[in-house]
Amino acid sequence: MILLTRKAEFSSSHYYWSDQLSEQENLRLFGKCANRNGHGHNYTLEVTVEGEVDPVSGFVVDLKDLKEVMHREVVDVYDHRHLNLEVPDFKHAIPTTENMAIAIWKRLENRIEGAKLHRIRVYETPDLFSDYYGEA
Amino acid sequence: MKAYLSRRYALSASHRLYSDAYSEEQNRAVYGKCSNPHGHGHNYVVEVTVGGQVDPVTGMVCNLADLDRCVQNKVIARFDHTNLNVDERFTHQVPTTENLCIAIHNLLAEHFVHAALQRVRVEETRNNFFEYAGEGKHGTTSSRS
Repeated sequence: MILLTRKAEFSSSHYYWSDQLSEQENLRLFGKCANRNGHGHNYTLEVTVEGEVDPVSGFVVDLKDLKEVMHREVVDVYDHRHLNLEVPDFKHAIPTTENMAIAIWKRLENRIEGAKLHRIRVYETPDLFSDYYGEA
Repeated sequence: MKAYLSRRYALSASHRLYSDAYSEEQNRAVYGKCSNPHGHGHNYVVEVTVGGQVDPVTGMVCNLADLDRCVQNKVIARFDHTNLNVDERFTHQVPTTENLCIAIHNLLAEHFVHAALQRVRVEETRNNFFEYAGEGKHGTTSSRS
């Protein structure tokens, strides 16, 4: 088994706010991330797939296909959008990096031909990232 | 659903790799320029990974502010702009980055209570880094299933 990782970038805006919490609790918990006018990041997405190397092609997965799926399912949906307001994944979930990694996993799971999804890593900044391995 | 959150922190410190168990010659042979008598320094990057269930209300594994506070108080405040050799942790241990990584892991494992510590990675330079996930563990992936 070998792991293969492809990166993609997108830029989006978001804010952290839970309707289940009071305004005061939101501000205490999320700090400046709760600013209702939102703020934005340049996100980096890393998609890691696992599989066997095809003896003929030498590939785990056709990188062109992986890129195409990542763009169609994620980048085209998230890029230059307000995650809270424009992306259905976050209608009922706060677009934290944790929830983004989970949402992207769901978008890509079973859509990558010939390989199994291994890990989704979402960088919100170069110093902060979340990993999701499909665990319950 | 279980997710992992990683955050990177910077600290600058000096050290000298030198073991009293070795002769001068042996120290020179083992540690090379790292054993120069007056030490040298690095801009270290400490990458801390914690894991846990994503809270359905907050959408978070843990509050980053809590992690920042713990790392700041227990790690950065202690090691940043210091000479690692004079820290009590390294009185009887060479402050290699392996040992620094283990020391930071153990400090956070003891003091950070808001999520499970999965792994500490310390980058000494862009090209050298060390990881410790606790005795006998191998980081995030091995903790699965």
